[in-house]
Amino acid sequence: MAALLELRDVDARYGPVRALHGVTLTVGEGEIVALLGANGAGKTTTLRAVSGMVRRGGTVVFADRELRGTPESVARLGIAHVPEGRGTFSELTVWENLRLGAFTRHGSIDADAKRVLALFPWLGERKSQQAGTLSGGEQQMLAIGRAMMQRPRLLMVDEPSLGLAPLVVAEIFRVLKELNEKEGTAVLLVEQNARNSLAVSHRAYLLETGRVVLAGDSDELAQHEGIRRSYLGY
Amino acid sequence: MAAYNRYVVGAFLAACAIFLVVGSLQSALFAQLTVSGLANGGIYASLGVALVLIYRATQVINFAQGAIATFTTYVAWQLMTWGLSYWPAFFLTLGIAFVGGTLVELITIRPVERRGNVLTVVIATLGLLILVEGSVGWIWGAEIRFMPSAFPAHSEHIGGVAFSLQDLGTIGISVASVIVLWALFQFTKIGLAMRAAAFRPEAARLVGVRVSWMLSLGWGLAAVLGAVAGMMAAASPSVLLQPNMMDGVLIYAFAAAVLGGLESPAGAVVAGLLIGAMLNLLGSYVSWVTPQLLLPAAFVLMLIVLLVKPSGLFGRTQVRRV
Repeated sequence: MAALLELRDVDARYGPVRALHGVTLTVGEGEIVALLGANGAGKTTTLRAVSGMVRRGGTVVFADRELRGTPESVARLGIAHVPEGRGTFSELTVWENLRLGAFTRHGSIDADAKRVLALFPWLGERKSQQAGTLSGGEQQMLAIGRAMMQRPRLLMVDEPSLGLAPLVVAEIFRVLKELNEKEGTAVLLVEQNARNSLAVSHRAYLLETGRVVLAGDSDELAQHEGIRRSYLGY
Repeated sequence: MAAYNRYVVGAFLAACAIFLVVGSLQSALFAQLTVSGLANGGIYASLGVALVLIYRATQVINFAQGAIATFTTYVAWQLMTWGLSYWPAFFLTLGIAFVGGTLVELITIRPVERRGNVLTVVIATLGLLILVEGSVGWIWGAEIRFMPSAFPAHSEHIGGVAFSLQDLGTIGISVASVIVLWALFQFTKIGLAMRAAAFRPEAARLVGVRVSWMLSLGWGLAAVLGAVAGMMAAASPSVLLQPNMMDGVLIYAFAAAVLGGLESPAGAVVAGLLIGAMLNLLGSYVSWVTPQLLLPAAFVLMLIVLLVKPSGLFGRTQVRRV
């Protein structure tokens, strides 16, 4: 599988604090890759480094092009980033949020809106509702819907399960998998819940204090002694 | 709480409206004063919305807004002195104001804004105020000029009330310009992007919105509204075309923006019209309120709003479930 996204020796720092120490990883075309790790391991920072939201060293290559730019230029290349806390525009309506997802594209967005509504039919009835009044799970789904409107080749999702009920989490993971299988969208998933993310992903990386300490197929990692002890809890 | 708030504000506005309407039906003078007050109010409203646009996007009060408006008004005057008739000069000025406002943001604000401190930007706008006002005096001189008006100077008598066409035109133009702006924000893609950039810059970047460009555009649009306010003000009998002509107007516009809730363009419009009408009536009917006391009255109003209800009439009540 050709690498769609490749990080080579990526460093990142917030002021004097170094958050990533030479992270190297790849996401293949049509693959779901999970980033596992404890709080502060550098998962979110890895996504932010790809999007250009943090000062970084090293090389990030997306679809054979080196990424150097600002978040807005990265978004225009076909990377959708659903940040931690969802990045929902709570002052705007549901429909306006979806329209913003397609901001970088010209022409009609009806076909994309249909795709999103097929996955989340309830969004259709709430088009004119203020997004801030949706429940947490609904906002997370809206954020994923907004990312789909971008028609990305790579979808980066940060902690989609944070603070949500197990049933809602299951629904969100189902949607991510469906999106990947039906549309071939590659997914880079950051998630604390190792069990869920290993179940949905093809491959996974384990981060500890800003370094990749373990990488492999998700099935194998699920059997790995250390992962089982530290992250799966049995 | 939010619903209760809405009722109180609604009742207050309804009471004001009834007061103005009933008063106008009772007395022709009252009606005339109300209309001329609303004309002033339209000017405060346009400049107030200009302040709100920039505040909403960057949490910065642009102290130079009035000076920029004065500058563009002089541009309009210059174009007309060169022989352009009113409306071509009017619209050309709006175009110049838009480009100028955008450039001012690019050149003077963006470099300072990168440092990320709101206070620094506010100080920069104060410097801009001095610079722009100074350059108006430098280019056009300090003497008072005569600004032509688009509307005939006579009045139209309807049911015993003499409505000044100048006043009615001013109300019409300022309200229309605000409505056009609102439609731009509400119905166009670029307007949506500007709102997104104002509310959530970080998230807007992630969907590909060039946030810093949106801020420049916002300054351009604010300058357009300021130009409308300036051209209307300079043609009104109460303001003369001179380098510091918008200083007083800016205070009323501040009062309108604050009373409206600082983040709400609709609030600034309603509050601007209200302040214009009420102050005009106050100055005419209450014998000890001399014209010199009207500006302090606007200050007092601002103070009261900030003390009692800082979110103003239309302050954004954030509805968010966590």
